Amino acid sequence: MASNGGTGGGTGRSEAANGLLLISPPLLYAVLLLAGPLFMVVVYSLTLEGGGYGFDNYVAVWSDRINQLLMVRSLTVSLSVTLVTVILAYPVAYFVSFYVKPDKKALWLFLITIPFWTSYLIRVFLWKVILGFNGVINSGLMSLGIIDAPLTAINYNVQALVVTLAHAYAPFAILPIFVALEKIDRSFLEAGRDLGESQFMTFLRVTLPLSMPGVIAAVLIVFIPTVGDYVTPDLIGGGKLPMIANRIEGTMLKQNNREVGSAIAVSAMLVVAAVTVIFLLLNRRFLRGQK
Amino acid sequence: MTKDAMIEFRDVHKYYGDYHALRGITGTIRPGEFFSLLGPSGCGKTTLLRTIAGFEDISSGAVLVDGRDMAGVPANKRPTNMVFQSYAIFPHLSVEENVGFGLRRDSRSKEEKARAVGEALEMVGLKGYGKRAAHALSGGQRQRVALARALILKPKVLLLDEPLSALDKKMREQMQVELIRLQRQVGITFILVTHDQEEALVMSDRIAVMFEGEIAQLADPETLYRRPNSRKVADFIGTMNFLPAKVLSEGGDAVEIDAAGFGRIHIEAQQVMGGATAEGATVGFRPETLTILYEGSAATDRESMATIEEVVYFGDMTYYDVRIDGTESPVRISMRNVFGRPVLDRGARARVGWSPGALVLFR
Repeated sequence: MASNGGTGGGTGRSEAANGLLLISPPLLYAVLLLAGPLFMVVVYSLTLEGGGYGFDNYVAVWSDRINQLLMVRSLTVSLSVTLVTVILAYPVAYFVSFYVKPDKKALWLFLITIPFWTSYLIRVFLWKVILGFNGVINSGLMSLGIIDAPLTAINYNVQALVVTLAHAYAPFAILPIFVALEKIDRSFLEAGRDLGESQFMTFLRVTLPLSMPGVIAAVLIVFIPTVGDYVTPDLIGGGKLPMIANRIEGTMLKQNNREVGSAIAVSAMLVVAAVTVIFLLLNRRFLRGQK
Repeated sequence: MTKDAMIEFRDVHKYYGDYHALRGITGTIRPGEFFSLLGPSGCGKTTLLRTIAGFEDISSGAVLVDGRDMAGVPANKRPTNMVFQSYAIFPHLSVEENVGFGLRRDSRSKEEKARAVGEALEMVGLKGYGKRAAHALSGGQRQRVALARALILKPKVLLLDEPLSALDKKMREQMQVELIRLQRQVGITFILVTHDQEEALVMSDRIAVMFEGEIAQLADPETLYRRPNSRKVADFIGTMNFLPAKVLSEGGDAVEIDAAGFGRIHIEAQQVMGGATAEGATVGFRPETLTILYEGSAATDRESMATIEEVVYFGDMTYYDVRIDGTESPVRISMRNVFGRPVLDRGARARVGWSPGALVLFR
């Protein structure tokens, strides 16, 4: 930029204008396709049936027992998925970062993304085939004589939902954790050992806290979209395990109640935002500026 | 096992695949000594330091710390602590948490540990910095934290991996003095890795000069400077002039040589070293061992005539490149500038005073 060491406010303003110009296409995109629709949904949710605006739709939504149950289920599922995914992703990221030779790391990351080569729907159906009543696991175990009747604990329930979603989001969790681990100067780990800590304690006291920004990113990347997941409960749950997004769809499209549907959507969004903010506040010491 | 060895290397070899990084290191480091491993990059000095710390396995031989073979002893169980080149100050911890990091398993009470941390910080001149965030420190402060963090554990040996290389010149000189002071104060054996020969000369009790995975010479700074045992060491430490020479005869303690520009002279057997390069035997001498003689200068042992080819004026010093009569290449002479003594011009003829005792013969 030409204003290197510039003193006048005028230079700053023109640089700001330049910046605005540079980001204007994506800004336009963001306003029209994200902020605009969001604003419309909020307006819908506040529009009353008889005309006028108010919070009556929200009162209706939250006094409905079904909505409360579905919100709790959505949160339970997405928190379980997040927990399972991050706990399983961490060792994978750790292995690739610490034990794979530098020239092979790109290959490993590439392999981790292979599941994305097929459509998400196909992957969900595959889990259905694997976990289903007459699926691979059940028929396999039965033909081996380990069980007599198909297990029902693995299909059409929350566990099946968690397994499917955890598999789908694994790479999203692995990558940020891997990046955070890669950024850790290895001399920190040597310093930990040098100061008398075992490998395990060095992991707990040095590696884990230093990789927390990656873990936090992984948690958010998995948690936020899974709360609103809508295809997986439909397909894996066989329609018997709706989550909040399915409720929104039903209210909006099947009951054609745009106002209440919007109120559920905005409520769910606020709940997710609240959980996220609490989570970030709890972890703020890991997110302080680090050089 | 002798009592006067804190570290003992016994024929230590280290291979990285086909690369032979350490080629039979043998030597001892005494208790309470400020010892330096000096050499160009890639000479194996850092690798050798890391074998003491336990970060590198050795391929054969033995490393003993305070009489105990370190084979199979992990880094966290060794009586050594290290100041890393990058300092490795944990960015997620405060200054006092960094300094107290190694005290977790210490049986002392919380208050006693806090006091120990305070004392360690005071020792390195960072009193009152305990609550600071580690990332808010300057380079010199980080180094002090790293020192406090290592010394608080009262190691038998403190290992310093090029700790001054990241600092600017002024800070580096200040830290050199402080490291010497600290070492005298705590009495712990310090082992410093450096590629800076000046730093090694200033700070060390003894220095091991390393080239290509071997110790070329292990001696105190003065011996290294005055009696380097090979041309390579002489070249690496300070400036040394070389002139071709021939050995005429040797018998007993005296060796008669014919050195270009100096003529036939007798030197003592202890001035004769091996380690000549392919161009054959040479005599070597430091720039300050030659003097340009002025009218009325005190007489020296010997004199030669020379022509001044280049003059470099440094304020307190003047460097002259002179060609002694009967030689082909110029040699450098350094003269302290004193009041009333003129700086000579290029092309001038001068008498050069020297002494056979200051020469070293490499053959």
